Amino acid sequence: MSTWARLPAVARYALLVAAILAIWQAYVTLGHVQPLLVASPLDVAGAAWADLKDGQLEKATYNTLINLILGMIVGTLIGFALASFAVFSRIGQDLLTVLTSIFNPLPSIAILPLAMIWFGLQPKSIVFVVALATIWPVALNTDNGFRTISQTTQLAARNLGLRGWRLVTGVLLPAALPSIITGVKAAWAFGWRTVVAAELIFGVAGSAGGLGWYINNARYYLNTSNIFAGLVVISVLGILVEGMFGFIERRTVVKWGMKRAA
Amino acid sequence: MVVAEDVAVDYLNPAHHGRTTAIEDASFDVRRGETFVIIGPSGCGKTTLLKTIAGFMRPTRGKLLVEGHPAREPGPDRAVVFQDFDQLFAWRTVRDNVVYALRVARNTPVRAAREKADAMLALVDITRAADKYPHELSGGMKQRAAIARALALEPTMLLMDEPFGALDMITRNQLQIELKNIHRRTGVTIVLVTHSIQEAIYLGDRVMVMSRHPARIREIVDTHDQSDVESPRFAELTGKLRELLVHRDQELDVPEEAVL
Ligand SMILES: Nc1ncnc2c1ncn2[C@@H]1O[C@H](COP(=O)(O)OP(=O)(O)OP(=O)(O)O)[C@@H](O)[C@H]1O
Ligand SMILES: [Mg+2]
Repeated sequence: MSTWARLPAVARYALLVAAILAIWQAYVTLGHVQPLLVASPLDVAGAAWADLKDGQLEKATYNTLINLILGMIVGTLIGFALASFAVFSRIGQDLLTVLTSIFNPLPSIAILPLAMIWFGLQPKSIVFVVALATIWPVALNTDNGFRTISQTTQLAARNLGLRGWRLVTGVLLPAALPSIITGVKAAWAFGWRTVVAAELIFGVAGSAGGLGWYINNARYYLNTSNIFAGLVVISVLGILVEGMFGFIERRTVVKWGMKRAA
Repeated sequence: MVVAEDVAVDYLNPAHHGRTTAIEDASFDVRRGETFVIIGPSGCGKTTLLKTIAGFMRPTRGKLLVEGHPAREPGPDRAVVFQDFDQLFAWRTVRDNVVYALRVARNTPVRAAREKADAMLALVDITRAADKYPHELSGGMKQRAAIARALALEPTMLLMDEPFGALDMITRNQLQIELKNIHRRTGVTIVLVTHSIQEAIYLGDRVMVMSRHPARIREIVDTHDQSDVESPRFAELTGKLRELLVHRDQELDVPEEAVL
């Protein structure tokens, strides 16, 4: 085994990130790049620090996360409801098939203009498109999860006299959890891209502005360092959420032997 | 307990409007407190018959009464132990599997359910695995846990579909002895499906031999009180069942271990 492979994973990743940052910094300082085009890591850190100190960046992050979480909660609940309806009835299954065929290929950001007409220039519009981005991956994966529950598990549940809602919450949802987590992960990926894109287009100013708005605003004032700072926050949050999903999986489906550890 | 009169069960295949008859003209009765064994070649319809008694399916023709009523819905009064290992809920520990069953099927209060669960786990000798998740157990331990869960419900009938089929000989023999003890202590009525002639005679009060597909009843043999595998009577019964299963049916494909 090489020296590199023997290092712990965290050290390997940290070294790579440090190397990338160093090359980036060297490119900007030694290459005489227009600071208006590319900001150096140190400039970005400085800009991020300044906006963190006066609370602007936290506020933008908070607004984005609130819109995302609200949208995802609404979308996930509707997704669960559709999938549950689909396991219990033929018409529910057909409805799910028709709705997902229509809406799944449609990038939900394309609905934003409509949402703006319906809900106005308000965060409600963003929550709406995020929910729309979330419903289909959650519904499809949950439905698939329900359908692949082992026959014996289902018979054992029915043998206990479980039916209807209690069957869904007591057995179907936990048994389908590996697929459900996959669905929510996909929903998060769609939702996260959608919320940032929506904010970029949306551009509501002031207190309601999120990270997309923050970036667009920085572009308006040609604050390249701040654009980069916004992108870094988006990326770091993404990494944290992925880590959170990993944590949830280790505490549930991996612990229960329903999914192998990564 | 169970009375079957001319029961037939068909599977419908919606794809090509086909119909497979799994069971034909089955008439038998299961008496209270006995161990009633169903034996027959693979694919003859034993599982189908057990599922029909359990209420998962309905007879296509004929009459099947459980405690005097047609068996419609499955319920905890007819607790089923399946052959497959995934009958336990993977997201609950062994103890919680039993507690949950008592909570939802019998509305037992939490504390009472816990006490009962622990008593049942002790009965099948897996107390030390009580806090483990099913995937951490061996096959034999999973079957013990499934039996504990079924017994905890205090069913009027225990329906077992080849519960020891996937286990090694030693574990299998051990569980057979324990099941016999449990039966003696609780007096629960057991309907047991098996491939093994030895298991049928050892555990069964009566053994119902079924013929090849579509299953018909060939004979019901009295095998009560046969706990001495070495006895001449045991050997005689083994010969008789083997004769019924194999020699009268040339194209039969009973697995090797069943013809011991
Ligand atoms: N869901 C189904 N749809 C159609 N046919 C089925 C279905 N399940 C079982 N059958 C058929 O019914 C017959 C009886 O099946 P069953 O599972 O009851 O047999 P078995 O005696 O339990 O077999 P084994 O000993 O292998 O478990 C078989 O011919 C099988 O092909
Ligand atoms: Mg079977």
